[in-house]
Amino acid sequence: MVEQMDLTMVNWARAQFAMTAMYHWIFVPLTLGLSFLIAFFESIYVKTGNEEWKKVAKFWMVLFGINFAIGVATGIILEFEFGTNWSNYSWMVGDIFGAPLAVEGIVAFFLEATFFAVMFFGWDRVSKKFHLFSTWMVAVGSNLSALWILVANGWMQFPTGMAFNPNTARFEMQDFWAVLFSPVAISKFTHTTSSGFLFASLFVVTVSSWYLLKKRHVQIARKSILVASVFGLLSSGYVAFTGDEAAYNNAHKQPMKLAAFEGLYEGQRGAGLVAAGIANPNKKVNDDQPPFLFEVRIPGLLSILANRSPGSFVPGIKDLVYGNKKEGVMGAKEKIEKGRDAVKQLALYKQAKKGGDKAAAQAALTRFNQNQEYLGFGYLKSPEEAVPPVATTFYAFHTMVILGGLFPVIFLLFLVFALKDTLVHQKWLLFLGVISVFLGFVAGQCGWIVAEVGRQPWAIQNLLPVTVARSNLTAGAVQTTFFMFLAIFTILLIAEIKIMLKQIQIGPEGR
Amino acid sequence: MNGSYPGSIVRFYVEGFRSMTVGRVLWKIILLKLFVLFVILKLFFFPNYLNTHFNTDEERANHVLDMMTRSAESHNLE
Repeated sequence: MVEQMDLTMVNWARAQFAMTAMYHWIFVPLTLGLSFLIAFFESIYVKTGNEEWKKVAKFWMVLFGINFAIGVATGIILEFEFGTNWSNYSWMVGDIFGAPLAVEGIVAFFLEATFFAVMFFGWDRVSKKFHLFSTWMVAVGSNLSALWILVANGWMQFPTGMAFNPNTARFEMQDFWAVLFSPVAISKFTHTTSSGFLFASLFVVTVSSWYLLKKRHVQIARKSILVASVFGLLSSGYVAFTGDEAAYNNAHKQPMKLAAFEGLYEGQRGAGLVAAGIANPNKKVNDDQPPFLFEVRIPGLLSILANRSPGSFVPGIKDLVYGNKKEGVMGAKEKIEKGRDAVKQLALYKQAKKGGDKAAAQAALTRFNQNQEYLGFGYLKSPEEAVPPVATTFYAFHTMVILGGLFPVIFLLFLVFALKDTLVHQKWLLFLGVISVFLGFVAGQCGWIVAEVGRQPWAIQNLLPVTVARSNLTAGAVQTTFFMFLAIFTILLIAEIKIMLKQIQIGPEGR
Repeated sequence: MNGSYPGSIVRFYVEGFRSMTVGRVLWKIILLKLFVLFVILKLFFFPNYLNTHFNTDEERANHVLDMMTRSAESHNLE
């Protein structure tokens, strides 16, 4: 009974965190990408002296400002939730996250107080070059500010550069550079920011397409599309490249996530990549039902993605749960035994320290350190608990990849017709352009679902499951704040959409 | 310019805020949102659990350590 209540609280806290993060991610990618697009528009203005480009830059700057204003501080809510709902986790990672998040806060404050002000207020008050410099600083600063939070997220996916201190119950940073330059943190930063560039390019294409359909602000819309489609095309390529790197990292640091998003239950040599499929909803880890009702597989591609080698072995969910000695894969079953021993030694250490028995404390600590890397497994009740929701992860991943393949085609078509100056005649493409930002939104959210749902049950990969990371709260307390946030987010979103649509209606040259 | 340098910075901000059109509505939203977040939500609904339940870092560390070991004991070590 108590366990059921605990799990309910955990699930409400997860739902609340997911809702807040998804809401936050409406605004962030637009800030990341639109800031650079504005810098491009203004650079062309400064270079050519053509006042039309100034109009373009100023118009997108207003939409950037609206997005920024509505989105500001939505990330802070996540920090509130850490302290209230996830207090054990929050305590344990304080030493790792404290410095990066403080840097982010300071950078954001100075950036907003100085360069944002020059960018918005300084058009006729400072020199053209200083204004342009400020616009670029906003773009660079916004993206750098995202670095720290993504490094923190990367650390949760692949904890490195730290040691657990059993006296303080904290993970303490040992090597700042290992945390900053961990391969997971780097691919997290590059993949996430470039997806923001892509999303913002789609936003510009969407709004400009609408103008072209309405035959309003035609030249400004065409100019906007020219720059956005080039930036979007380049970003699409970079997103694919960094996505491949992220999948490679998953294969080596979070193989269960890779197996889940590919719906791979049985490990294989020369494993194929599922291009499209319908997951079997009745499939369980320990049964022999087929994982898919329908699937189209590209032979050998998953092995290339995972190991850069077409004949290599990719472990499946069953291998990772029950182990595969032949392929040298340790299963969750064995890790649970090691993890339980680590937890037991931690308890013995605590007891010995309290009783003043230094020798026993040292012995327990030595043994704890031997199995420390499996600590989190010690809290799992069964090996199957190490498996994330497979269907959710699978569909999110494949939706993201399919849309990721569509975006460069959209940008290429827009670029070609913009260069030919025949965009206004391509009604079908303009309609596609209008809906493209929504596709970008879906792709971005799916990316986060893969990253976060795909690594369940961990708050910190292999070290801390969400059931131990949580606070001792009732489900009711979290439910109340969940619905409060739902109401606030809905009101704010309606406000943003209304203000944004009104400004788009007015347009860059007024009605 | 020399003596009024800080003054011109202040004027820059004041005139900038005055000349805002869409920005005025946005600032109202920002201020209202910050009030709701920090004064209402943070104060009444999102207290820091460990800070409100324990007085010292040592107590907090012991609590977290208890949670780490006790949950395992109830699950696995009996």
